[in-house]
Amino acid sequence: MSDAHITQDTEGEHDNAYAGLLGNDAHWAFGTDFEDPLAGVDTTIPDGVDASELAQYCLMLGDDALVYAQRLSEWTSRAPDLEEDIAIANIALDLVGQARLLLARAAAADPALVPSLPEGSPVPDEDRLAYFRDAGAFRNVRLAEQPNGDFAELIARLLVMSTWRLAIFQRLVDHQDAVVAAIAAKGVKELAYHRDFAGRWFVTLARGTGESHRRLTDAMRTVWPLIPELTASTETESRVGVDPATLADEIGVVLDQVLAVAGITAPETPGLAGVRGRTGRHGMHSEALSRLLAEMQVVARAHPMGRW
Amino acid sequence: MTTTQPDPEWPLYEVFIRSKRGLNHVHVGSLHAPDAEMALLHARDVYTRRNEGVSIWVAKSADITASSPLEKDPLFAPSGDKVYRHPTFYDIPSNVPHM
Amino acid sequence: MQVDQAPLEEAFEATIAANDRIEPRDWMPEHYRQTLIRQVAQHAHSEIIGMQPEGNWITRAPSLRRKAVLLAKVQDEAGHGLYLYSATETLGVSRDELTRRLISGKQKYSSIFNYPTLTYADVGTIGWLVDGAAICNQVPLCRTSYGPYGRAMIRICKEESFHQRQGYELLMTMMRGTDEQRAMVQESVDRFWWPALMMFGPPDGDSPNTAQSMAWGIKRHTNDELRQRFVDMSMPQAEALGVTFPDPELKWNEERGSYDYGEPDWEEFWHVVKGNGPCNTQRVAHRKAAYDDGAWVREAASAAAARNEAEASQARVEQAPRPSLRGSDGRVETR
Repeated sequence: MSDAHITQDTEGEHDNAYAGLLGNDAHWAFGTDFEDPLAGVDTTIPDGVDASELAQYCLMLGDDALVYAQRLSEWTSRAPDLEEDIAIANIALDLVGQARLLLARAAAADPALVPSLPEGSPVPDEDRLAYFRDAGAFRNVRLAEQPNGDFAELIARLLVMSTWRLAIFQRLVDHQDAVVAAIAAKGVKELAYHRDFAGRWFVTLARGTGESHRRLTDAMRTVWPLIPELTASTETESRVGVDPATLADEIGVVLDQVLAVAGITAPETPGLAGVRGRTGRHGMHSEALSRLLAEMQVVARAHPMGRW
Repeated sequence: MTTTQPDPEWPLYEVFIRSKRGLNHVHVGSLHAPDAEMALLHARDVYTRRNEGVSIWVAKSADITASSPLEKDPLFAPSGDKVYRHPTFYDIPSNVPHM
Repeated sequence: MQVDQAPLEEAFEATIAANDRIEPRDWMPEHYRQTLIRQVAQHAHSEIIGMQPEGNWITRAPSLRRKAVLLAKVQDEAGHGLYLYSATETLGVSRDELTRRLISGKQKYSSIFNYPTLTYADVGTIGWLVDGAAICNQVPLCRTSYGPYGRAMIRICKEESFHQRQGYELLMTMMRGTDEQRAMVQESVDRFWWPALMMFGPPDGDSPNTAQSMAWGIKRHTNDELRQRFVDMSMPQAEALGVTFPDPELKWNEERGSYDYGEPDWEEFWHVVKGNGPCNTQRVAHRKAAYDDGAWVREAASAAAARNEAEASQARVEQAPRPSLRGSDGRVETR
């Protein structure tokens, strides 16, 4: 289009200090086609791995990222300052990227998981999984789907989510499935940044004003009851991925460190019960999820034959 | 220790980036942050899109001393002033006309 | 001390005449400074308010790829606002002050963002037509006389051209989709065409500030020149896309080598500019809510930074070398 004359006009008489930073054309929308982390990775299911169980596992991790990214993206244009708006969007973009890779892996490993659409529908598998499943088929933990609350709640939830997810991804770097291992290797760097961002803000709010301290304490009362679900074992996770129960100590140590620096104590709250022991990983969610999905899926579902 | 009320607006930091090895750090812009550590985080998000391997410097704008472009600068005497006309640096002498 | 301004003014005019840049520490006429602040602030506000109409669709983007693209795009707009506010800071006005002028209605932003986004096609149309119009307006500004503004514009223009392409690409993809999608695209283009034309501002005859701004090199072309350029650029793109513009007077004028086009509804334009557009109140209220809701966070971060600083300097005092550590020559013994 008009790109040629723009390039000429903008760079003709200037030494452009940004030239090396902008990277290639896809760079501005990283998280989309920017750098394929699966390039050259062997996509065959390794021997001894149950394909449908691997698919279920990818769905769990993919749904965590997708649903949580959806919540984070609601912050756009609402953050306390522009710098934070940009940072939160970056985190959401990282997670959308992780979700896409994991959902695509789930679909490839077990095509039976993918909702069927009318003959000839051009909707790709990752979008069929994201947009054409109902709440009961989602496998994310309930922490991911909670409504946003204020900035303190954002930070408390992000600290817990990123600490937990980073611990998982660090172990998955050596996973038998080369695709999962590659996704994890890329994700580890991203999640380490998310945790750093959340940790700094957590300490900042704790040491800030009386109001920020109070808000953070309130936020922890909302977020902390959802922690036990993160470290509850399920058969699928234990067999094909990381047994969440083995993460409890590590997560506890990290959170204790942050809390110690922040000078704040964890609330004494019991974990949130499930329904007959079933929680997010079993498709038993809070009321918030179906509402979140109704919004997320509304356009895609209206156009099952649509191209976007 | 002074107990002045902190300014609710975060201070301005200037951001300098070396986009690859072998090059100088170049001034790319500025941003607001409560402290230097947070300024570095923000700089990565805002100016590099978190490009790995990029080196970033941040410096409080108020800490940068700049030469005056004109030999005799009536607004900012004595020389040795700030890079920018940031509001905090904008003490206009009362005898300067038309301000 | 009475300052003789004449040599300063001469130096300023000579810089402008040489097509050179004015930099923050240069002397500049107060009217130039004020005009720049107004223009750059309005541009910055437009980027920030402009996050809303498209942000409206992030949570409903119909594919994960589109969600990522849109999120990145709206994020870019926050970045553009940030760069531009940085440019105004070099003129002596803080972002905080300008934000307060925006949410109190004292400063304006581009009227286009006071129109609603009603379908997902609007995301594409905004990219194509609105960002396209913005590019026509902005590319010449990379050579604007004020250095920091021009430098901000270089990066902004680069990213805007990506934005325009993603918008056009979305519409092209939708045109290859279903009949409903094609109708959605046409309806969206019909709605945005006239507001996009209005983005160049009132006709030259009604634009009082243009002459001075052009003399100063803050502005490089008149409103009508840019509008014509936009129409000429958009027509072949519309044909390639397979959509029409809702203007029966649009036709090629062989003599002028340009397209003739109809008159936008300037009454509507002024109505929207004066605050009565479909979304003016909503947009400003949204920005104000974010600013107000974030106040405690910004205060907390400032307080925490002050506390850290105080504790660090306390620690420095405690660790400072004692006189007893000094040798007879006054040097501090180092371990």
